[in-house]
Amino acid sequence: MPSTNETNNADNMPLVQIRGLRYFRGSRPIFDGVDIDIMRGHLTAIMGPSGTGKTTLLRLIGGQLCPHEGSILVDGEDVAKLSSKQLYQLRKRMGMLFQNGALLTDINVFENVAFPLREHTLLPEAMIRHLVLMKLEAVGLRGANQLMPSELSGGMARRVALARAIALDPMMIMYDEPFTGQDPISKGVLVSLLKNLNDALQLTSVLVSHDVREALSIADYAYVISEGKVVEHGSAEAIRNSRSDWVHQFIHGEKDGPVPFHYAANNLFEDLMQG
Amino acid sequence: MLDHLQKLGATTLQTLERLGRGHLFLFHVLLGMPALLKRLGLVVYQVYSVGVLSLLIIGVAGLFVGMVLALQGYNTLVDFGAEESLGVVVALTLVRELGPVVASLLFAGRAGSALTAEIGLMKATEQLSAMEMMAIDPLHRVVAPRFLAGVIALPLLAALFSAVGVIGGYFVSVGLLGVDEGAFWSQMQAKVDLFEDIANGVIKSLVFGVVVTWIAVFEGYDAIPTSEGVSRATTRTVVHGSLAVLGLDFVLTALMFG
Ligand SMILES: Nc1ncnc2c1ncn2[C@@H]1O[C@H](COP(=O)(O)OP(=O)(O)OP(=O)(O)O)[C@@H](O)[C@H]1O
Ligand SMILES: [Mg+2]
Repeated sequence: MPSTNETNNADNMPLVQIRGLRYFRGSRPIFDGVDIDIMRGHLTAIMGPSGTGKTTLLRLIGGQLCPHEGSILVDGEDVAKLSSKQLYQLRKRMGMLFQNGALLTDINVFENVAFPLREHTLLPEAMIRHLVLMKLEAVGLRGANQLMPSELSGGMARRVALARAIALDPMMIMYDEPFTGQDPISKGVLVSLLKNLNDALQLTSVLVSHDVREALSIADYAYVISEGKVVEHGSAEAIRNSRSDWVHQFIHGEKDGPVPFHYAANNLFEDLMQG
Repeated sequence: MLDHLQKLGATTLQTLERLGRGHLFLFHVLLGMPALLKRLGLVVYQVYSVGVLSLLIIGVAGLFVGMVLALQGYNTLVDFGAEESLGVVVALTLVRELGPVVASLLFAGRAGSALTAEIGLMKATEQLSAMEMMAIDPLHRVVAPRFLAGVIALPLLAALFSAVGVIGGYFVSVGLLGVDEGAFWSQMQAKVDLFEDIANGVIKSLVFGVVVTWIAVFEGYDAIPTSEGVSRATTRTVVHGSLAVLGLDFVLTALMFG
Protein backbone atom coordinates (compact mmCIF):
# COMPACT_ATOMS: atom_id res chain seq x y z
CA MET A 1 0.00 0.00 0.00
CA PRO A 2 1.45 3.39 -0.97
CA SER A 3 1.86 6.02 1.73
CA THR A 4 -0.55 8.96 1.79
CA ASN A 5 2.11 11.26 0.52
CA GLU A 6 2.70 9.37 -2.66
CA THR A 7 -1.01 8.99 -3.29
CA ASN A 8 -1.63 12.69 -3.13
CA ASN A 9 1.12 13.40 -5.59
CA ALA A 10 0.24 10.73 -8.06
CA ASP A 11 -2.44 12.14 -10.29
CA ASN A 12 -2.99 8.86 -11.98
CA MET A 13 -4.02 7.23 -8.71
CA PRO A 14 -7.76 6.78 -8.46
CA LEU A 15 -9.54 9.37 -6.32
CA VAL A 16 -11.69 6.66 -4.83
CA GLN A 17 -10.28 3.21 -4.45
CA ILE A 18 -12.51 0.48 -3.12
CA ARG A 19 -10.98 -2.88 -2.32
CA GLY A 20 -12.65 -6.07 -1.17
CA LEU A 21 -15.70 -4.23 0.08
CA ARG A 22 -18.19 -6.30 2.02
CA TYR A 23 -21.28 -4.80 3.57
CA PHE A 24 -24.28 -6.49 5.15
CA ARG A 25 -27.79 -5.44 6.05
CA GLY A 26 -28.62 -7.92 8.78
CA SER A 27 -27.32 -11.16 7.36
CA ARG A 28 -28.04 -10.15 3.75
CA PRO A 29 -24.88 -9.21 1.89
CA ILE A 30 -25.33 -5.99 -0.09
CA PHE A 31 -21.70 -5.98 -1.23
CA ASP A 32 -19.70 -9.15 -1.31
CA GLY A 33 -16.17 -8.41 -2.37
CA VAL A 34 -16.37 -5.36 -4.61
CA ASP A 35 -13.40 -3.52 -6.14
CA ILE A 36 -14.07 -0.15 -7.73
CA ASP A 37 -11.71 2.59 -8.90
CA ILE A 38 -12.95 6.07 -9.60
CA MET A 39 -10.34 7.98 -11.54
CA ARG A 40 -9.65 11.66 -11.05
CA GLY A 41 -11.38 13.91 -13.51
CA HIS A 42 -13.44 11.10 -14.92
CA LEU A 43 -17.16 10.68 -14.96
CA THR A 44 -17.81 7.19 -13.67
CA ALA A 45 -21.25 5.67 -13.97
CA ILE A 46 -22.50 3.07 -11.52
CA MET A 47 -25.43 1.11 -12.83
CA GLY A 48 -27.41 -1.80 -11.58
CA PRO A 49 -30.91 -3.01 -10.88
CA SER A 50 -33.05 -1.30 -8.25
CA GLY A 51 -32.18 -2.41 -4.74
CA THR A 52 -28.64 -3.61 -5.48
CA GLY A 53 -27.08 -1.05 -3.21
CA LYS A 54 -26.08 1.89 -5.37
CA THR A 55 -27.27 4.42 -2.82
CA THR A 56 -25.60 2.34 -0.14
CA LEU A 57 -22.35 2.53 -2.09
CA LEU A 58 -22.50 6.32 -2.20
CA ARG A 59 -23.17 6.44 1.53
CA LEU A 60 -20.19 4.18 2.12
CA ILE A 61 -17.97 6.47 0.07
CA GLY A 62 -19.30 9.47 1.97
CA GLY A 63 -18.50 7.78 5.28
CA GLN A 64 -22.10 7.66 6.47
CA LEU A 65 -21.90 3.88 6.64
CA CYS A 66 -18.91 1.75 7.56
CA PRO A 67 -17.85 -1.27 5.54
CA HIS A 68 -17.78 -4.57 7.40
CA GLU A 69 -14.73 -5.63 5.48
CA GLY A 70 -12.41 -4.11 2.94
CA SER A 71 -11.32 -0.53 2.53
CA ILE A 72 -12.53 2.62 0.86
CA LEU A 73 -9.81 5.16 0.16
CA VAL A 74 -10.87 8.63 -0.88
CA ASP A 75 -7.99 10.84 -1.94
CA GLY A 76 -5.68 8.43 -0.16
CA GLU A 77 -7.57 8.48 3.14
CA ASP A 78 -9.39 5.47 4.54
CA VAL A 79 -12.87 6.84 5.10
CA ALA A 80 -13.77 4.38 7.84
CA LYS A 81 -10.66 5.20 9.88
CA LEU A 82 -10.98 8.98 9.86
CA SER A 83 -11.89 10.90 13.00
CA SER A 84 -15.14 12.76 12.66
CA LYS A 85 -13.27 16.02 12.25
CA GLN A 86 -11.18 14.65 9.39
CA LEU A 87 -14.28 13.12 7.87
CA TYR A 88 -16.02 16.49 7.88
CA GLN A 89 -12.96 18.07 6.28
CA LEU A 90 -13.09 15.45 3.56
CA ARG A 91 -16.81 15.90 3.02
CA LYS A 92 -16.35 19.60 2.37
CA ARG A 93 -14.65 18.47 -0.81
CA MET A 94 -17.43 16.07 -1.77
CA GLY A 95 -20.84 17.01 -3.06
CA MET A 96 -23.72 14.63 -2.99
CA LEU A 97 -27.04 14.79 -4.70
CA PHE A 98 -29.58 12.72 -2.78
CA GLN A 99 -32.03 10.52 -4.58
CA ASN A 100 -35.00 12.51 -3.25
CA GLY A 101 -33.26 15.89 -3.13
CA ALA A 102 -33.34 16.16 0.67
CA LEU A 103 -33.81 19.94 0.59
CA LEU A 104 -34.22 21.70 3.91
CA THR A 105 -37.95 22.24 4.02
CA ASP A 106 -38.08 25.28 6.31
CA ILE A 107 -36.08 27.60 4.07
CA ASN A 108 -36.63 28.65 0.47
CA VAL A 109 -34.76 27.58 -2.65
CA PHE A 110 -32.30 30.45 -2.51
CA GLU A 111 -31.41 29.77 1.12
CA ASN A 112 -31.07 26.06 0.44
CA VAL A 113 -28.40 26.68 -2.16
CA ALA A 114 -26.80 29.35 0.02
CA PHE A 115 -26.78 27.02 3.03
CA PRO A 116 -23.38 25.36 2.53
CA LEU A 117 -21.85 28.71 1.56
CA ARG A 118 -23.14 30.39 4.70
CA GLU A 119 -22.03 27.50 6.87
CA HIS A 120 -18.54 27.06 5.50
CA THR A 121 -17.45 30.43 4.17
CA LEU A 122 -17.43 34.01 5.34
CA LEU A 123 -18.33 35.41 1.94
CA PRO A 124 -20.16 38.74 1.87
CA GLU A 125 -23.87 38.65 1.13
CA ALA A 126 -23.49 40.12 -2.36
CA MET A 127 -21.04 37.37 -3.30
CA ILE A 128 -23.29 34.66 -1.93
CA ARG A 129 -26.21 36.04 -3.88
CA HIS A 130 -24.13 36.07 -7.02
CA LEU A 131 -22.92 32.49 -6.56
CA VAL A 132 -26.34 31.14 -5.68
CA LEU A 133 -28.04 32.74 -8.65
CA MET A 134 -25.29 31.41 -10.95
CA LYS A 135 -25.76 27.88 -9.68
CA LEU A 136 -29.52 28.14 -9.97
CA GLU A 137 -29.16 29.53 -13.47
CA ALA A 138 -27.12 26.48 -14.40
CA VAL A 139 -29.99 24.18 -13.44
CA GLY A 140 -32.57 26.47 -15.00
CA LEU A 141 -34.30 27.51 -11.79
CA ARG A 142 -33.09 31.03 -11.13
CA GLY A 143 -36.67 32.24 -11.46
CA ALA A 144 -37.79 29.85 -8.73
CA ASN A 145 -35.34 31.11 -6.13
CA GLN A 146 -38.01 32.45 -3.78
CA LEU A 147 -40.18 29.33 -3.77
CA MET A 148 -40.34 27.01 -0.79
CA PRO A 149 -39.33 23.37 -1.31
CA SER A 150 -42.95 22.29 -0.79
CA GLU A 151 -43.88 24.34 -3.87
CA LEU A 152 -41.49 22.47 -6.16
CA SER A 153 -42.13 19.39 -8.22
CA GLY A 154 -39.96 16.33 -7.61
CA GLY A 155 -37.79 17.01 -10.64
CA MET A 156 -37.34 20.68 -9.73
CA ALA A 157 -36.41 19.77 -6.18
CA ARG A 158 -33.72 17.46 -7.46
CA ARG A 159 -32.31 20.20 -9.68
CA VAL A 160 -32.20 22.59 -6.72
CA ALA A 161 -30.40 19.89 -4.77
CA LEU A 162 -27.94 19.65 -7.63
CA ALA A 163 -27.31 23.38 -7.45
CA ARG A 164 -26.72 23.01 -3.72
CA ALA A 165 -24.34 20.09 -4.22
CA ILE A 166 -22.13 22.14 -6.53
CA ALA A 167 -22.34 25.32 -4.44
CA LEU A 168 -18.97 24.78 -2.78
CA ASP A 169 -17.23 23.67 -5.98
CA PRO A 170 -16.26 20.26 -4.59
CA MET A 171 -13.48 18.07 -5.99
CA MET A 172 -15.86 15.17 -6.34
CA ILE A 173 -19.58 14.98 -6.71
CA MET A 174 -21.86 12.00 -6.40
CA TYR A 175 -25.19 12.03 -8.16
CA ASP A 176 -27.84 9.61 -7.01
CA GLU A 177 -30.32 9.22 -9.85
CA PRO A 178 -30.25 12.82 -11.13
CA PHE A 179 -32.40 12.05 -14.17
CA THR A 180 -35.43 10.44 -12.58
CA GLY A 181 -38.50 12.63 -12.74
CA GLN A 182 -37.07 14.90 -15.45
CA ASP A 183 -38.84 15.54 -18.73
CA PRO A 184 -36.81 14.80 -21.90
CA ILE A 185 -35.71 18.41 -22.26
CA SER A 186 -34.46 18.92 -18.72
CA LYS A 187 -32.93 15.47 -18.87
CA GLY A 188 -30.96 16.49 -21.94
CA VAL A 189 -29.89 19.73 -20.27
CA LEU A 190 -28.87 17.89 -17.12
CA VAL A 191 -26.87 15.34 -19.06
CA SER A 192 -24.82 18.04 -20.71
CA LEU A 193 -24.61 19.98 -17.45
CA LEU A 194 -23.06 17.00 -15.68
CA LYS A 195 -20.66 16.52 -18.52
CA ASN A 196 -19.73 20.20 -18.58
CA LEU A 197 -19.27 20.38 -14.84
CA ASN A 198 -17.02 17.39 -15.01
CA ASP A 199 -14.91 18.71 -17.86
CA ALA A 200 -14.83 22.43 -17.15
CA LEU A 201 -14.20 22.24 -13.42
CA GLN A 202 -12.12 19.09 -13.59
CA LEU A 203 -14.45 17.49 -11.13
CA THR A 204 -14.55 13.82 -10.49
CA SER A 205 -18.11 12.63 -10.90
CA VAL A 206 -19.85 9.49 -9.78
CA LEU A 207 -23.15 9.02 -11.50
CA VAL A 208 -25.65 6.49 -10.24
CA SER A 209 -28.41 6.05 -12.72
CA HIS A 210 -30.96 3.72 -14.22
CA ASP A 211 -31.02 5.71 -17.40
CA VAL A 212 -28.50 3.53 -19.11
CA ARG A 213 -28.48 5.39 -22.40
CA GLU A 214 -27.96 8.84 -20.86
CA ALA A 215 -25.43 7.57 -18.36
CA LEU A 216 -23.36 5.75 -20.94
CA SER A 217 -23.50 8.71 -23.32
CA ILE A 218 -21.41 10.83 -20.96
CA ALA A 219 -19.56 8.30 -18.81
CA ASP A 220 -15.84 7.79 -19.24
CA TYR A 221 -16.04 4.54 -17.40
CA ALA A 222 -18.89 2.44 -16.07
CA TYR A 223 -19.48 -0.25 -13.51
CA VAL A 224 -22.47 -2.54 -13.53
CA ILE A 225 -23.17 -4.06 -10.14
CA SER A 226 -25.63 -6.72 -9.18
CA GLU A 227 -26.16 -9.00 -6.21
CA GLY A 228 -23.18 -7.69 -4.38
CA LYS A 229 -20.68 -8.06 -7.19
CA VAL A 230 -19.33 -6.03 -10.05
CA VAL A 231 -20.64 -7.89 -13.07
CA GLU A 232 -19.01 -5.72 -15.72
CA HIS A 233 -16.84 -2.69 -15.97
CA GLY A 234 -15.14 -0.81 -18.72
CA SER A 235 -15.57 2.15 -21.01
CA ALA A 236 -19.07 2.99 -22.20
CA GLU A 237 -18.26 1.33 -25.50
CA ALA A 238 -17.08 -1.84 -23.82
CA ILE A 239 -20.23 -2.04 -21.72
CA ARG A 240 -22.46 -1.58 -24.74
CA ASN A 241 -20.66 -4.36 -26.52
CA SER A 242 -20.42 -6.60 -23.49
CA ARG A 243 -20.73 -10.26 -24.30
CA SER A 244 -22.34 -11.03 -20.96
CA ASP A 245 -26.03 -11.97 -21.37
CA TRP A 246 -26.73 -10.32 -18.11
CA VAL A 247 -25.28 -6.97 -19.08
CA HIS A 248 -26.86 -7.15 -22.49
CA GLN A 249 -30.29 -7.67 -20.98
CA PHE A 250 -29.78 -4.88 -18.47
CA ILE A 251 -28.53 -2.33 -20.99
CA HIS A 252 -31.27 -3.04 -23.46
CA GLY A 253 -34.01 -3.41 -20.87
CA GLU A 254 -35.18 -6.75 -22.15
CA LYS A 255 -37.81 -8.62 -20.23
CA ASP A 256 -36.40 -12.11 -20.57
CA GLY A 257 -32.92 -13.08 -19.60
CA PRO A 258 -30.80 -13.85 -16.57
CA VAL A 259 -31.65 -10.69 -14.61
CA PRO A 260 -34.35 -11.29 -12.01
CA PHE A 261 -36.95 -8.55 -11.69
CA HIS A 262 -38.13 -9.89 -8.33
CA TYR A 263 -36.59 -9.51 -4.89
CA ALA A 264 -35.48 -12.99 -3.78
CA ALA A 265 -38.62 -14.84 -2.70
CA ASN A 266 -40.23 -18.24 -2.26
CA ASN A 267 -42.21 -19.84 -4.97
CA LEU A 268 -45.22 -17.60 -5.72
CA PHE A 269 -47.64 -20.52 -5.66
CA GLU A 270 -46.47 -21.66 -2.23
CA ASP A 271 -46.71 -18.11 -0.87
CA LEU A 272 -50.26 -17.70 -2.15
CA MET A 273 -51.33 -21.06 -0.76
CA GLN A 274 -49.97 -20.26 2.69
CA GLY A 275 -52.43 -17.39 3.22
CA MET B 1 -40.82 -18.83 31.77
CA LEU B 2 -37.42 -18.83 30.17
CA ASP B 3 -38.96 -16.92 27.30
CA HIS B 4 -40.19 -14.18 29.59
CA LEU B 5 -36.84 -13.98 31.27
CA GLN B 6 -35.17 -13.64 27.91
CA LYS B 7 -37.56 -10.89 26.88
CA LEU B 8 -37.00 -9.07 30.14
CA GLY B 9 -33.26 -9.27 29.61
CA ALA B 10 -33.51 -8.03 26.05
CA THR B 11 -35.73 -5.12 27.05
CA THR B 12 -33.41 -4.17 29.87
CA LEU B 13 -30.41 -4.24 27.58
CA GLN B 14 -32.21 -2.18 24.97
CA THR B 15 -33.24 0.38 27.57
CA LEU B 16 -29.72 0.61 28.93
CA GLU B 17 -28.30 0.95 25.46
CA ARG B 18 -30.75 3.72 24.64
CA LEU B 19 -29.90 5.45 27.90
CA GLY B 20 -26.24 5.28 26.97
CA ARG B 21 -26.94 6.65 23.51
CA GLY B 22 -28.95 9.44 25.07
CA HIS B 23 -26.03 10.49 27.24
CA LEU B 24 -23.51 10.36 24.42
CA PHE B 25 -25.96 12.38 22.38
CA LEU B 26 -26.20 15.02 25.11
CA PHE B 27 -22.44 15.13 25.42
CA HIS B 28 -22.07 15.67 21.69
CA VAL B 29 -24.71 18.39 21.70
CA LEU B 30 -22.98 20.16 24.57
CA LEU B 31 -19.74 20.12 22.60
CA GLY B 32 -21.56 22.21 20.01
CA MET B 33 -22.46 24.94 22.51
CA PRO B 34 -19.31 27.09 22.26
CA ALA B 35 -19.78 27.47 18.52
CA LEU B 36 -23.31 28.69 19.13
CA LEU B 37 -22.04 31.77 20.91
CA LYS B 38 -20.99 33.10 17.55
CA ARG B 39 -24.37 32.32 16.04
CA LEU B 40 -26.84 33.59 18.58
CA GLY B 41 -29.32 34.24 15.80
CA LEU B 42 -30.00 30.52 15.54
CA VAL B 43 -30.76 30.34 19.25
CA VAL B 44 -32.90 33.46 19.25
CA TYR B 45 -35.01 32.06 16.45
CA GLN B 46 -35.54 28.83 18.37
CA VAL B 47 -36.32 30.66 21.61
CA TYR B 48 -39.01 32.40 19.61
CA SER B 49 -40.45 29.17 18.26
CA VAL B 50 -40.35 27.12 21.48
CA GLY B 51 -40.78 29.97 23.95
CA VAL B 52 -42.67 32.91 22.54
CA LEU B 53 -45.16 30.70 20.77
CA SER B 54 -45.88 28.94 24.09
CA LEU B 55 -46.68 32.23 25.85
CA LEU B 56 -50.40 32.08 25.32
CA ILE B 57 -51.00 28.61 26.71
CA ILE B 58 -48.68 29.28 29.65
CA GLY B 59 -50.33 32.62 30.41
CA VAL B 60 -53.88 31.32 30.27
CA ALA B 61 -53.05 28.22 32.28
CA GLY B 62 -51.22 30.29 34.89
CA LEU B 63 -54.15 32.66 35.27
CA PHE B 64 -56.63 29.84 35.87
CA VAL B 65 -54.38 27.89 38.18
CA GLY B 66 -53.83 31.03 40.27
CA MET B 67 -57.56 31.71 40.43
CA VAL B 68 -58.39 28.16 41.45
CA LEU B 69 -55.66 28.18 44.09
CA ALA B 70 -57.18 31.31 45.63
CA LEU B 71 -60.67 29.79 45.71
CA GLN B 72 -59.50 26.54 47.24
CA GLY B 73 -57.13 28.19 49.68
CA TYR B 74 -59.81 30.60 50.87
CA ASN B 75 -62.19 27.79 51.82
CA THR B 76 -59.58 26.21 54.06
CA LEU B 77 -58.06 29.36 55.51
CA VAL B 78 -61.36 31.04 56.34
CA ASP B 79 -62.13 28.31 58.88
CA PHE B 80 -59.11 29.44 60.87
CA GLY B 81 -59.73 33.09 60.24
CA ALA B 82 -56.49 33.25 58.35
CA GLU B 83 -57.76 34.40 54.97
CA GLU B 84 -55.27 37.30 55.08
CA SER B 85 -52.59 34.71 54.36
CA LEU B 86 -54.17 33.78 51.05
CA GLY B 87 -51.53 35.74 49.17
CA VAL B 88 -48.74 33.73 50.78
CA VAL B 89 -50.44 30.42 50.06
CA VAL B 90 -51.01 31.25 46.42
CA ALA B 91 -47.54 32.65 45.86
CA LEU B 92 -45.67 29.84 47.61
CA THR B 93 -47.62 27.09 45.90
CA LEU B 94 -46.97 28.67 42.54
CA VAL B 95 -43.34 29.59 42.98
CA ARG B 96 -42.23 26.40 44.69
CA GLU B 97 -44.34 23.82 42.93
CA LEU B 98 -46.98 24.53 40.37
CA GLY B 99 -45.12 27.14 38.37
CA PRO B 100 -42.19 24.92 37.43
CA VAL B 101 -44.17 21.67 37.27
CA VAL B 102 -47.26 22.73 35.35
CA ALA B 103 -45.28 24.96 33.02
CA SER B 104 -42.96 22.01 32.26
CA LEU B 105 -45.86 19.66 31.61
CA LEU B 106 -47.42 22.17 29.24
CA PHE B 107 -44.03 22.79 27.66
CA ALA B 108 -43.54 19.07 27.03
CA GLY B 109 -46.91 18.94 25.29
CA ARG B 110 -46.66 22.19 23.38
CA ALA B 111 -42.98 22.67 22.50
CA GLY B 112 -41.40 19.27 23.24
CA SER B 113 -43.70 17.38 20.91
CA ALA B 114 -43.10 19.96 18.19
CA LEU B 115 -39.33 19.63 18.58
CA THR B 116 -39.49 15.84 18.35
CA ALA B 117 -41.73 15.88 15.31
CA GLU B 118 -39.60 18.49 13.55
CA ILE B 119 -36.30 16.72 14.10
CA GLY B 120 -37.82 13.30 13.42
CA LEU B 121 -39.25 14.47 10.12
CA MET B 122 -35.96 16.06 9.15
CA LYS B 123 -34.40 12.68 9.73
CA ALA B 124 -37.10 10.83 7.82
CA THR B 125 -36.72 13.12 4.80
CA GLU B 126 -32.92 12.72 4.86
CA GLN B 127 -32.34 16.39 5.64
CA LEU B 128 -30.04 15.41 8.49
CA SER B 129 -28.14 13.01 6.23
CA ALA B 130 -27.80 15.71 3.61
CA MET B 131 -26.36 18.07 6.20
CA GLU B 132 -23.84 15.46 7.26
CA MET B 133 -22.76 15.09 3.66
CA MET B 134 -22.41 18.86 3.44
CA ALA B 135 -19.96 18.55 6.34
CA ILE B 136 -22.37 20.20 8.74
CA ASP B 137 -22.95 18.33 11.96
CA PRO B 138 -26.71 18.25 12.51
CA LEU B 139 -26.13 17.80 16.23
CA HIS B 140 -24.46 21.18 16.31
CA ARG B 141 -26.48 22.97 13.67
CA VAL B 142 -29.97 21.61 14.31
CA VAL B 143 -30.09 20.05 17.77
CA ALA B 144 -27.83 22.31 19.85
CA PRO B 145 -29.71 25.58 19.23
CA ARG B 146 -33.03 23.91 19.93
CA PHE B 147 -31.72 22.37 23.12
CA LEU B 148 -30.29 25.64 24.37
CA ALA B 149 -33.49 27.46 23.45
CA GLY B 150 -35.56 25.01 25.50
CA VAL B 151 -33.26 25.38 28.49
CA ILE B 152 -33.52 29.17 28.28
CA ALA B 153 -37.23 29.30 27.59
CA LEU B 154 -38.63 27.00 30.24
CA PRO B 155 -37.44 28.90 33.36
CA LEU B 156 -38.79 32.10 31.84
CA LEU B 157 -42.10 30.46 31.04
CA ALA B 158 -42.30 29.01 34.55
CA ALA B 159 -41.62 32.45 36.05
CA LEU B 160 -44.30 33.92 33.85
CA PHE B 161 -46.69 31.18 34.86
CA SER B 162 -46.15 32.01 38.53
CA ALA B 163 -46.44 35.74 37.99
CA VAL B 164 -49.68 35.48 36.05
CA GLY B 165 -50.93 32.96 38.60
CA VAL B 166 -50.35 35.42 41.43
CA ILE B 167 -52.29 38.04 39.53
CA GLY B 168 -55.12 35.58 38.96
CA GLY B 169 -55.06 34.77 42.67
CA TYR B 170 -55.16 38.47 43.47
CA PHE B 171 -58.27 39.07 41.36
CA VAL B 172 -60.14 36.22 42.98
CA SER B 173 -58.97 36.97 46.55
CA VAL B 174 -59.34 40.71 46.58
CA GLY B 175 -61.96 41.23 43.91
CA LEU B 176 -64.22 38.26 44.49
CA LEU B 177 -63.67 37.06 48.04
CA GLY B 178 -63.04 40.40 49.67
CA VAL B 179 -59.63 39.67 51.21
CA ASP B 180 -57.85 42.82 52.37
CA GLU B 181 -55.60 44.04 49.58
CA GLY B 182 -52.85 45.36 51.85
CA ALA B 183 -52.66 42.15 53.83
CA PHE B 184 -52.63 40.07 50.65
CA TRP B 185 -49.52 41.75 49.31
CA SER B 186 -47.67 42.55 52.51
CA GLN B 187 -47.88 39.01 53.85
CA MET B 188 -46.70 37.71 50.53
CA GLN B 189 -43.82 40.13 50.59
CA ALA B 190 -42.87 39.14 54.12
CA LYS B 191 -43.11 35.38 53.74
CA VAL B 192 -41.82 34.57 50.27
CA ASP B 193 -38.07 34.27 50.48
CA LEU B 194 -35.84 35.13 47.57
CA PHE B 195 -33.45 32.21 48.07
CA GLU B 196 -35.50 29.64 49.90
CA ASP B 197 -38.49 29.87 47.57
CA ILE B 198 -37.82 31.73 44.38
CA ALA B 199 -34.30 30.50 43.70
CA ASN B 200 -35.32 26.92 44.39
CA GLY B 201 -38.24 27.29 42.02
CA VAL B 202 -35.92 28.63 39.35
CA ILE B 203 -33.51 25.73 39.88
CA LYS B 204 -36.38 23.30 39.50
CA SER B 205 -37.54 24.86 36.26
CA LEU B 206 -33.99 24.89 34.94
CA VAL B 207 -33.59 21.19 35.65
CA PHE B 208 -36.96 20.44 34.06
CA GLY B 209 -35.99 22.54 31.07
CA VAL B 210 -32.83 20.50 30.54
CA VAL B 211 -34.59 17.17 30.98
CA VAL B 212 -37.70 17.87 28.90
CA THR B 213 -35.78 19.44 26.03
CA TRP B 214 -33.16 16.71 26.12
CA ILE B 215 -35.85 14.04 25.89
CA ALA B 216 -37.59 15.93 23.09
CA VAL B 217 -34.55 16.42 20.87
CA PHE B 218 -33.18 12.94 21.54
CA GLU B 219 -36.49 11.26 20.73
CA GLY B 220 -36.61 13.18 17.47
CA TYR B 221 -33.03 12.38 16.55
CA ASP B 222 -33.36 8.73 17.54
CA ALA B 223 -36.77 8.23 15.92
CA ILE B 224 -37.27 5.47 13.39
CA PRO B 225 -37.36 7.47 10.15
CA THR B 226 -40.93 6.68 9.12
CA SER B 227 -44.27 8.36 9.77
CA GLU B 228 -45.10 5.82 12.42
CA GLY B 229 -41.69 6.08 14.03
CA VAL B 230 -41.98 9.85 14.29
CA SER B 231 -45.49 9.71 15.69
CA ARG B 232 -44.39 7.23 18.34
CA ALA B 233 -41.38 9.33 19.23
CA THR B 234 -43.64 12.34 19.66
CA THR B 235 -45.89 10.43 22.02
CA ARG B 236 -42.87 9.20 23.96
CA THR B 237 -41.61 12.73 24.37
CA VAL B 238 -44.83 13.84 26.02
CA VAL B 239 -45.17 10.74 28.21
CA HIS B 240 -41.54 10.37 29.26
CA GLY B 241 -41.07 14.11 29.55
CA SER B 242 -44.07 14.50 31.85
CA LEU B 243 -43.16 11.51 33.99
CA ALA B 244 -39.57 12.69 34.30
CA VAL B 245 -40.78 16.10 35.46
CA LEU B 246 -43.06 14.63 38.11
CA GLY B 247 -40.46 12.16 39.35
CA LEU B 248 -37.69 14.73 39.48
CA ASP B 249 -39.99 17.18 41.19
CA PHE B 250 -40.36 14.77 44.08
CA VAL B 251 -36.62 14.28 44.36
CA LEU B 252 -35.85 17.99 44.12
CA THR B 253 -38.56 18.93 46.59
CA ALA B 254 -37.25 16.37 49.06
CA LEU B 255 -33.75 17.79 48.70
CA MET B 256 -34.74 21.45 48.89
CA PHE B 257 -37.59 21.60 51.37
CA GLY B 258 -37.54 18.16 52.98
N1 LIG C 1 -31.95 1.16 6.42
C1 LIG C 1 -31.96 -0.05 5.84
N2 LIG C 1 -32.15 -1.15 6.59
C2 LIG C 1 -32.14 -2.38 6.03
N3 LIG C 1 -31.97 -2.61 4.73
C3 LIG C 1 -31.78 -1.56 3.93
C4 LIG C 1 -31.77 -0.23 4.44
N4 LIG C 1 -31.55 0.61 3.41
C5 LIG C 1 -31.44 -0.15 2.32
N5 LIG C 1 -31.57 -1.45 2.62
C6 LIG C 1 -31.46 -2.58 1.69
O1 LIG C 1 -30.26 -2.41 0.99
C7 LIG C 1 -30.46 -2.69 -0.37
C8 LIG C 1 -29.79 -1.64 -1.20
O2 LIG C 1 -30.45 -0.42 -1.02
P1 LIG C 1 -30.10 0.85 -1.88
O3 LIG C 1 -30.97 1.96 -1.42
O4 LIG C 1 -28.62 1.07 -1.81
O5 LIG C 1 -30.50 0.39 -3.34
P2 LIG C 1 -30.33 1.16 -4.72
O6 LIG C 1 -29.39 0.37 -5.54
O7 LIG C 1 -29.98 2.58 -4.46
O8 LIG C 1 -31.77 1.04 -5.32
P3 LIG C 1 -32.58 2.13 -6.20
O9 LIG C 1 -31.99 2.08 -7.55
O10 LIG C 1 -33.98 1.62 -6.19
O11 LIG C 1 -32.42 3.44 -5.53
C9 LIG C 1 -31.95 -2.77 -0.62
O12 LIG C 1 -32.25 -4.04 -1.12
C10 LIG C 1 -32.60 -2.57 0.71
O13 LIG C 1 -33.46 -3.66 0.96
MG1 LIG D 1 -30.92 4.35 -4.62
